[in-house]
Amino acid sequence: MTAPQPSGPDTHGVAVDAYTAAQAAQDAAVGHETRTFKLWRGADGKGDFQDFTTETNDGMVVLDAIHQIQAEQCNDLAVRWNCKAGKCGSCSAEINGKPKLMCMTRLDELPANEPVTVEPMRAFPHVRDLVTDVSWNFRVKPRIQKFTPRPPDAPDGTWRIQQADVERVQEFRKCIECFLCQDVCHVLRDHHKHEEFIGPRFLVYAAALEMHPLDVAERTTALKDDFGIGYCNITKCCTKVCPEHITITDNAIIPLKERVVDEHFDPLRALVRLVRGPKRK
Amino acid sequence: MRRDAWWVPQIGAFVVLSSFLAYATWAAFQNAHYEFGSYLSPFYSPLITGDSPHAWFRTRPWFVPAISPALLILPFPAGFRFTCYYYRGTYYKAFWADPPGCAVGEPRNSYLGEKSFPLILQNVHRYFMYAAVLFLGILALDAYRGYWFAGPDGVKHFGIGVGSLVLTINVCLLSGYTLGCHSLRHLVGGYLDRLSGRPLRRKAYDCVSCLNRGHMNWAWFSLFWVAFSDIYVRMCSMGIWHDVRIL
Ligand code: SF4
Ligand code: SF4
Ligand code: FES
Ligand code: FES
Repeated sequence: MTAPQPSGPDTHGVAVDAYTAAQAAQDAAVGHETRTFKLWRGADGKGDFQDFTTETNDGMVVLDAIHQIQAEQCNDLAVRWNCKAGKCGSCSAEINGKPKLMCMTRLDELPANEPVTVEPMRAFPHVRDLVTDVSWNFRVKPRIQKFTPRPPDAPDGTWRIQQADVERVQEFRKCIECFLCQDVCHVLRDHHKHEEFIGPRFLVYAAALEMHPLDVAERTTALKDDFGIGYCNITKCCTKVCPEHITITDNAIIPLKERVVDEHFDPLRALVRLVRGPKRK
Repeated sequence: MRRDAWWVPQIGAFVVLSSFLAYATWAAFQNAHYEFGSYLSPFYSPLITGDSPHAWFRTRPWFVPAISPALLILPFPAGFRFTCYYYRGTYYKAFWADPPGCAVGEPRNSYLGEKSFPLILQNVHRYFMYAAVLFLGILALDAYRGYWFAGPDGVKHFGIGVGSLVLTINVCLLSGYTLGCHSLRHLVGGYLDRLSGRPLRRKAYDCVSCLNRGHMNWAWFSLFWVAFSDIYVRMCSMGIWHDVRIL
């Protein structure tokens, strides 16, 4: 490979490398600044904020800055990440107090005149620094009655479904399991009802199964009794933090609440069921 | 710790809802100035009994208690809004700090949610929705009547006054709100997993879903306008404002 050819104005007999100059000009054009980060450091729930100052530029996301701090100043800083593309759901944290993905939060969205605080999620047990133990979520999932399709439509064991009918649940399939919605939900975060309430993420999961055009399982009783859907007071914090913009409350939780009302709280529906038999799925 | 102004929407909701509640209660107890010519205040509609051309019965039937007609009517729309999924989420935050804001700590440790008494009663919402849909029909009729003005000959002639428009906008905003209700969305098709092959249901479900996406805005605009409609009729009836005839 040939090196970039010297070109451009020749001042004092020194040729300026056009490539380097262009890059330097580009670098100078993006705002460089020194910013302070308050990062939570400690283990097993005990810890404190520690201040770090580092050089940043406009295009950086919070995770970039954390990596830079980790590389240059604090090699043992614990942080979980994987894709850096907002798709693996590993880098969830609380940035300036709001549950967010570190890899999708640009520094230029955050107020420039104050330090950026980064804390681990509060709704789960703390492990170290920015890392929490989210394994409770993995134990919740198997409790939900799994996909139960009706008998196949064709002799070859296949089914026929309309695109229009699966569209509703496709929104829910976008979930990346970042658990930010679980973290922000006050039922888990402040009231610690982890035993009685499955949280917005798994209400979305239950909705994806319950509203699937092929599924015939009945989950409303479990939703009411075991999964604690009644604990949700529809305050929509989960919807606001979802990085996949799933309309959790309006499209998943409220329709499920309505189905629970159908089965358990509506005397007229009970009468209709008595006369006409159980509802068609 | 959140450092942004997370409390602004909660204060806004608190102020607007409290003002509305205070005004509506006051207006309901007035039992006067609720009609002006062909206009009838939505707080007093349907006017079951009274000495008025809007009244269903001129003499009070035995089963109607002798109190301000608004007190018989307002429990329905009030119950509808009180149990509305959108308002619930809003006033739990603004009036009960449960939570005060997203990712903001809570003042209380105990929590029942809507799982047990009393808030489990919120599940009655669909019944208030049935009533609200009926009310829409009545208010549409009122708006229509608002275009017919009695002439000197005693015969009603078509005309348009500012009040006719006020009452028409009122029923439009209330329709946008009511027809975007989550319970209605469930009723028209949401309870089914398959809507293909049911074109009418699909259309209805899509329409309700479309209004439902803007449910918050419909909720606030219709709330404001229904109070304004009452104020408009009241002011005209008191002679403070003058209804301008456009046609
Ligand atoms: S809407 Fe329900 S599930 Fe979502 S954060 Fe609020 S209480 Fe939790
Ligand atoms: S629903 Fe949204 S916020 Fe919740 S886990 Fe899935 S992607 Fe994350
Ligand atoms: S690192 Fe994968 S979502 Fe942020
Ligand atoms: S949900 Fe708001 S009116 Fe029914």
